[in-house]
Amino acid sequence: MFRNAIITALACLTIVSCERRSDVEIANEKNILIIGNSGEPKGLDPQLVSGVLESNIIRALFEGLCIEDPELNNESRPGVAKTWAPTEGSNFTEWIFNLNPDAKWSDGVPVTANDFVFSYKRLLSPDPDWPAEYAEMLYFLKNGEAYHRSYFGQILCGNDPDFPLDWEILKEANFKGERSIKLSNFEGKSFDDLEEIDLKRLKPYLDNGESIDLGKITAEKVNLEQLSAKERRIFVNAKGIDKLTTDQLKFLKTDTALLDWTNKIQEEVRQLVLDRIIAHREAGKPNLWDKAQVGVTAIDDFTLKINLRGPIPFLPEITKHYTWYPVPKHIVLRHGEINTAYSSPWTRPGNIVSNGAFQLKTWRTNHFLELERNPHYWDYNKVSLDGIRYLPVKNYYTETRMFGDGQLHLTYTVPAELIPMAKEKYPDRLRQEPYVGVRFLRVNTRNKPLDNPKVRRAFALAIDQQAICEKILQGGQKPASGIVPPFGKYKPPGVIHFDPQKAKALLAESGYKSTSSFPDISLLTTNSESGLREAEALQAMWQEHLGIKVRIMQREWTTYLQKQYDSDYDICVAGWIGDYLDPTTFLEMWITDGGNNNTGWGSKKFEDLLAKAENTADLEVRMDLLSQADRTILEDTPVLPIYWYTTNYLIRPEVKGWNPLLLNNHPFKFVKLEK
Amino acid sequence: MLKVILSRVIQTIVVVFFLITFVFFAVRAIPGNPFAGEKALAPEEQAALERQYGLDKPVHIQYYNYLKNIFTKGDFGNSSAMKGRQVSTLIAESFPVSLKLGIVSLILGMGIGIPLGIIAALFHNKWQDYTAMVIAMAGICIVAFVLGPIFQLSIARPLSFLNVAGWSRTSDIILPAITLCFGVAAYLARLTRGGMLDVLSQDYIRTARAKGVPTFKIITKHALRPALQPAITYLGPAFAAIITGSFVVENIFLVPGMGQHFVLGITSKDYNLVLGLVLFYGILMGIANLLSDLALIFMDPKLRNA
Repeated sequence: MFRNAIITALACLTIVSCERRSDVEIANEKNILIIGNSGEPKGLDPQLVSGVLESNIIRALFEGLCIEDPELNNESRPGVAKTWAPTEGSNFTEWIFNLNPDAKWSDGVPVTANDFVFSYKRLLSPDPDWPAEYAEMLYFLKNGEAYHRSYFGQILCGNDPDFPLDWEILKEANFKGERSIKLSNFEGKSFDDLEEIDLKRLKPYLDNGESIDLGKITAEKVNLEQLSAKERRIFVNAKGIDKLTTDQLKFLKTDTALLDWTNKIQEEVRQLVLDRIIAHREAGKPNLWDKAQVGVTAIDDFTLKINLRGPIPFLPEITKHYTWYPVPKHIVLRHGEINTAYSSPWTRPGNIVSNGAFQLKTWRTNHFLELERNPHYWDYNKVSLDGIRYLPVKNYYTETRMFGDGQLHLTYTVPAELIPMAKEKYPDRLRQEPYVGVRFLRVNTRNKPLDNPKVRRAFALAIDQQAICEKILQGGQKPASGIVPPFGKYKPPGVIHFDPQKAKALLAESGYKSTSSFPDISLLTTNSESGLREAEALQAMWQEHLGIKVRIMQREWTTYLQKQYDSDYDICVAGWIGDYLDPTTFLEMWITDGGNNNTGWGSKKFEDLLAKAENTADLEVRMDLLSQADRTILEDTPVLPIYWYTTNYLIRPEVKGWNPLLLNNHPFKFVKLEK
Repeated sequence: MLKVILSRVIQTIVVVFFLITFVFFAVRAIPGNPFAGEKALAPEEQAALERQYGLDKPVHIQYYNYLKNIFTKGDFGNSSAMKGRQVSTLIAESFPVSLKLGIVSLILGMGIGIPLGIIAALFHNKWQDYTAMVIAMAGICIVAFVLGPIFQLSIARPLSFLNVAGWSRTSDIILPAITLCFGVAAYLARLTRGGMLDVLSQDYIRTARAKGVPTFKIITKHALRPALQPAITYLGPAFAAIITGSFVVENIFLVPGMGQHFVLGITSKDYNLVLGLVLFYGILMGIANLLSDLALIFMDPKLRNA
């Protein structure tokens, strides 16, 4: 009995006494950085992820042509590319990247220009089974979009120098389908139920009072022969040549006038276009990469030529984004086809090979993910850390406590409620830095009364942004006067400011005389605590300044997202974080029917400004055009900006080389632990 | 004995089958899109993903395929939230962690709860009883998300060898196990007290007392076995529940266990993951109930012939 007690006591003591140093102290000795990363990564394939937490790991594992400067925004340092420059006289549309011959994958195989071509071909795979959410990032490449979206007309006819008609003229024909007519909107509806806005879009194709059978044109397989002449016209034009099936194309050949070609395109050219697409489809849709002439070419193993869709003086900035990283051709093909998506095990531990400063060491689900130094990295001697350990701490309160207990060098964030505590307790460890992101409200401009710009603007001006930033968030966020946060040379137009008097006046002007007769509208938000607090603040502000009581509708995450995509909301809370340092990352989503627009808003003027900016190489003129575009959105107010983001995090003093960066994309290569 | 086992096994199979069927349709009835992300998916991409996961087919075909894959290939499908990972791998990775934590906290819970219940019963309606029951009531009422942070701040922070959260040191099991054991201990204390009070008023205990058997011996030899019956009935399902992990405790203490898969599976509409977990949990529950039945039979001769 007595002996047992001693043994037990000893056993307890050994467990207890074996380690009295904190995790951080041990890690400092091993030269490993421990960071909180907010959750389990969904994957490590740079071309299939879209989250911030995954990008934090991928940035350490892989390396693009250029990499971030550890201190300066908008500066680029050599990554795989040793030097780069736009070709003279190309006005920033053609760039040559000279790759570093020493750059190697972590298995010792050299990184070549062919790896980049392979990667971009992979990310742009037109196969519908390839669900790359971020393929758009490569639309900067010339013909990138055409290849990814299978624009057959452009690839098969436009790119062919022997084609009898120039693409500049031919492209006027309806290849891509009438954007305003979305057949999926008509699914399951009868003609009499259609909303005014849809009727208006169909009007050019119909005589007054005429109706058509929507069931027939939204069926899964549409046989043109069975449709009426009007239905055929609507169907063919809604789809566009590129999306018609072989049978439908053959039918179109018998009556090319069904489609909107402009008058400049003669019948024989029309027949030729259709013949080429039919021939391609009947040949089993062979891969069109070579014909598509996407703007990425390996001149030799270590020279990469990039051709862009327009002048992009900030291309090096874009190549830092993980969608532009190379993936190892030899490894990807060993474990699957070029476009094998999630079923490919190439990113699993033991298989994955990367070209960044680090390589994967251990990955345990919900436990931790650890990287170690890549022995084949070209700049191995400059890398200071021996490893990085990412902890998937979902609970940010726990994360802050772990930091206090010496378990983390760096936290992912600090919850708003803990910021006052952190300010007091860790004044020199709390960092509050601007982050290019914007919090805003989407407004469904299809719904009454929000279809009225004055009402929308009244709602925007009645938001006391300052109060939200200072009283609720407390994280140094700045009231947003526009959609694009200020950075570098970009000056926001400064349209939206809290102004309750003007808000009231606008509401009165809008024709909604008495606020009690104001239609019932709701504010969609997520079911999180912080989401509710923010929604309640907005609700109170509108009640106070406009006298309008908005209903708060909380939905859990995926339902909330789906409701936005379906435009099933009145006003909806949202956020957007920039992918690269250029205003277009915030502006392009607002083009008519853009995938992330969801407001029903669209403006010719806005799109013209964007197009003009796209073809302007002069930085100042370009920024001015984009600022005007920002202003165009705000004057119509389909979005109500609330605040510009900041990042709040805790960092230990021994971590060096971790400086404020607007995109919060810190290059781990330059991070040091000071002993 | 064999009859008991056999009937339990058949019962479990039937229950699990109904459970799977119900949950299969229930998860699909939850609104939301399993593939929704912050960036909008193009309709073609959405369609491709649905095709990959077989969600483009009518629900009854999906159901048929799901069962077919389980029975013919032993394949529980892939997770849709953590794409490329199999549900069976996720369970196999996380179950050992939850099992270890569960067993430790169950033993702790028994070690605290049962003696507490006995003391309470022995000092019926005295201050010892009231104290024990107040502790038990507190254990039931104070939930893990309150206890966890309290332990983190008041125990782990001052003690240098204890981490606030994580799962890398041997000592990391201590705080989550204590947090988890509270609920178990509290229920066990109440059940043991009830059972004990019941037994202590029996004639044969009075006889033993009259014969002058010491109290300690009365309890260990005569009273404890029958008094623990209600506790053991509870322990079966409690065991199954505790070894499959707790979302709250895992979330607070950063434990890579199974509990978080339950909650995240539902919130991310990961149908296959939820179904795999329910199936696993159902089978475990069946086994645990069988074990507690067997334990009861072993402990109570009256049940042996029943």
